[in-house]
Amino acid sequence: MGSDANTHASNNPPARLTGAEIVWATLVGEGVTDVFGYPGGAILPVYDALRKFPIHHVLVRHEQGAAHMADGYARASGKVGVAIATSGPGATNLVTGIATAMLDSIPIVCITGNVSSKVLGTDAFQEVDITGITLPVTKHNFLISRTEEIAPAIRYAFQIAQTGRPGPVLVDITKDAQQGTAIFDFAAAKPRPHRPHPMLNVEEHGLAQAVELIRNAKRPVILAGHGVIESGAEEQVRALAERAQIPVALTLLGLGGFPASHPLNLGMMGMHGEAWVNHAIQEADLLIACGMRFDDRVTGTISTYATKAKKIHIEVDPAEVNKNIKVDVALIGDLRTVLEELLPRISSGHGGRDGSAWIKTIESSKGAVAVRDIKNLPDSGHLYAAHVIHDIWRITGGNAILVTDVGQHQMWAAQYYHHERPRTLITSGGLGTMGFALPAAIGAKFACPDREVWVIAGDGGFQMTAAELSTIAQEGIKINIAIINNGYLGMVRQWQEFFYERNYEATPLVSPDFVKLADAHGIAGRRVQTRSEVASAVEEARSAPGTFLLNFMVEKEDSVYPMIPAGSSLHEMIRRPEKDPLMET
Amino acid sequence: MLHTFVAYVEDLPGVLTRVASLFRRLNININSLTVGRSERVGLSRLTLVCEASAEAGHRIRASLYKLENVVDVDDIAQAPSVTRELALIKIAATPRNRSGIFELVEVFRARIVDLAPESLTIEMTGVESKIEGLIQVLNEGEERILEICRSGKMTMRRGHHTSSVLKAMGADADQAAEEPTEDSAAGEPE
Ligand SMILES: Cc1ncc(C[n+]2csc(CCOP(=O)(O)OP(=O)(O)O)c2C)c(N)n1
Ligand SMILES: [Mg+2]
Repeated sequence: MGSDANTHASNNPPARLTGAEIVWATLVGEGVTDVFGYPGGAILPVYDALRKFPIHHVLVRHEQGAAHMADGYARASGKVGVAIATSGPGATNLVTGIATAMLDSIPIVCITGNVSSKVLGTDAFQEVDITGITLPVTKHNFLISRTEEIAPAIRYAFQIAQTGRPGPVLVDITKDAQQGTAIFDFAAAKPRPHRPHPMLNVEEHGLAQAVELIRNAKRPVILAGHGVIESGAEEQVRALAERAQIPVALTLLGLGGFPASHPLNLGMMGMHGEAWVNHAIQEADLLIACGMRFDDRVTGTISTYATKAKKIHIEVDPAEVNKNIKVDVALIGDLRTVLEELLPRISSGHGGRDGSAWIKTIESSKGAVAVRDIKNLPDSGHLYAAHVIHDIWRITGGNAILVTDVGQHQMWAAQYYHHERPRTLITSGGLGTMGFALPAAIGAKFACPDREVWVIAGDGGFQMTAAELSTIAQEGIKINIAIINNGYLGMVRQWQEFFYERNYEATPLVSPDFVKLADAHGIAGRRVQTRSEVASAVEEARSAPGTFLLNFMVEKEDSVYPMIPAGSSLHEMIRRPEKDPLMET
Repeated sequence: MLHTFVAYVEDLPGVLTRVASLFRRLNININSLTVGRSERVGLSRLTLVCEASAEAGHRIRASLYKLENVVDVDDIAQAPSVTRELALIKIAATPRNRSGIFELVEVFRARIVDLAPESLTIEMTGVESKIEGLIQVLNEGEERILEICRSGKMTMRRGHHTSSVLKAMGADADQAAEEPTEDSAAGEPE
C-alpha cells in the first residue's frame, strides 16, 4: 500500500472534488499508475476526469480482459491490479476475471459505475445488481451511492484485497455519486487497521509438536503452494528444506516458490506431476504443507491420500484447515511469520533419520523417466509442445515471465519450463480460465515493463480473448506469443481419449491463420512446423522490436503424461505408453 | 448435528445476504435465524441454527469470520446456554369455548395478548420443546389454529461472555458506546 507513494494525494490539503475526481485521486494515493478498463455511460464521469491525473489507462477490448490484466499485473508485481468497467454488461463481463482472481487469491480492485441511486433497483437501462452477482466471487464488495463514501471505500478495498488471504474486491459507484462533490481527504479516508482473522492460531504447543514431528520423520516432504509466493516466504521454505534436508514438492501455483534447480526440488505434484513426486508423497511419513490447500487436483482420492503421513499444515486461512485433509498439527498464520518462528527450533542435519537414504530412494524412483524426457529424444521430425517449451526455457535462460492459458500446453509449460524465482509463472490454477493468458500477459508487461514476457496459449483458449491483440497494438507493448496449435481443445480431447473411448465430440477446432490474424493487427508472426526451426523462431520473436506471434503446429494427438484420472489415487497414474506411436520415428 | 452460531455483524444493508449466501453456497439449510440490535451501537446480533456435520462447525465459523462485516462468531455447540423462542399463536375461539384455552395457557405459562370475538392470540416464550408441546395440545383439541408466528431461537451463553473478539473491542478506545464495562462481570445466578 506504500504510504510513501501517497505523496500526491496525501500531501494535498483536503479539497472539494467531484466523486469522479475522488476515484482517481484515491487511486493515485494508493500508488496506482496503470489501470485497465472500458468506458460506458454509467462510468463516464470517471473517464471524463481521468486526464487530470497521472494514471495510464489501458483500453481493453472486452472487460474480461481488463480483470485478467489487473490480475496479471498483480501476480507479476505483488501489487494490487485495478480494472474499471461500466454498469450492466460491462460489469458482468468482469465476472469471469474476478472469479479467476478469487480462486487464486489475487489482489485486484474492480471499479464499476452503476445507474443513479434514485433509480437503483428499477431495472433502469444497463442496471445489474453487480454487488449481488459478484458476492460469492469477491472477498468483499461495496455499493457506493454517496460521494463522500468513495474514498473510504476504495481505500478499504485496497486494504481488504491485500491483507490476510488476498483476493478481489469490487467497488460499485452510482453515477450520481460520481457527479456529486465532497471534501477529499486521503488521510482521513484511511480504513481502520486490518483486523487479522480471529482464528489465526500459532501456539507454542503446536510449534513444539511440529518440531517434534520434523525431528522424528524418516520420510518427510514439504508441500509448497501459492502461499509461499504470496507470503514472500521463499527464503524461509528454502531454509527449512536445507536445514532439515527435506525434499520439496510444489503445486502448480507454487512453481517458482522454490528453485527448480535446487537439489531438494522434486517438482510439481498432483494430477500431472511426475510419478516420483506423487510416490514420494504417498510414501511419506510426514507432510509439511506450506501455503497450499490440498486441492482435489493435487490429492486425488482423499481417502487414499498420503495415508502413512502425519500432516503439518501452515496456512493463513483458518477455513482451509481440515477442509479436505485432516491434519495433525495446524499452524494458522502467515506462512513467513510462522516459519520464522519455527526455523530457530529446527536443528540442522536430519535428526535421527538418515535423510540421504530417503532422498536416494526418491532419486532412484525416477528410474528411466528421465530417458523419456522429450529433450533427450532424437528429432523424429515430429514437433512436440515439450520441444517448444523446453527451447523457450533454454533460450530465455528461464528469466522470462511465462503466462499460460489453460489446457495441455499449460501442463507442458509447468513440466518443461523450470522456474527459479517467484512470480515467473502466471497461470489460472483454481478456476482454470481459458482466455486468461493474453490479457494476463499484458497486465504482467505493464507491471514489469523491463521483463521478457511470453504467452503460452492453446489454439482454443487464445481465440477466447484474441481481441486483446489490438490492445497490444494500441499500447505498442512487446510480448512474445507462442500458440501451441494442436487443432484440438487438447485437454478435453485427452479426456475423451482416456475416458470416453476417443469420442472426439466438439473438440476438433478450426482456427484462423494466427499469423495472418496477428498481421491484421500490425503484429509480426511466423508459423513453425519442425523441431529444427524452433530455436531460430524463438530467437526471432525475442529480437523483434514489437510483439511477435509464433504459431507452433504441434502433434495433434499428444497427451500430457503422467496423468492421475480425476477421482483416482495419487499412485494410480496413466503413464506414457511404452509404444507411443507419436514417440516413434 | 444441530449447530447454533451467535454472531455480531455490522448493521448495514446487505450484511444478512452475505451471511445467508455462505450457507447457501455450502448447501446448508438454515433452520432458524433471528437478528436484532445488540448492546453495541452499529452491531446487530444474530442467532443462526442449522444442521451440519460436527466437523463443519469449525469451517463455518472460520468462513463467517472471513466476511468483512462479521465481527464476532461464537459456535455455541454444547456449551451451557440459555435458549428461548417466542411464538404467537392465533386460534379460532368464541367466548363460548375460550375457557379451555385459558386453562391451557395457564398450564404452559403462556399469555393471551389479543382477544377478539372470533379469535384469540397466545404469546408463548420458552424453549422449543415447550412451544412444540403447546402447539401439539392445541392441535389435538377442538380449537383451530389460524396462524403461527415463531421467532426462531435466540441463544446466550450462561455466565460472562468469553468472546476474545468482543473483549478486544471493549478495550478499544473508540468503541466507547457500550454500557457494561468488562469488570462489571460476576457469576450470574441462574
Ligand atoms: C472458459 C473455459 N471453458 C472451458 C474450459 C474447459 N477446458 C479446459 S482445457 C480445454 C481445452 C483447451 O484447448 P486449447 O486452448 O486448444 O489448449 P490445449 O489443451 O489444446 O493445449 C477446455 C475446453 C475451460 N477450462 N475454460
Ligand atoms: Mg489446442
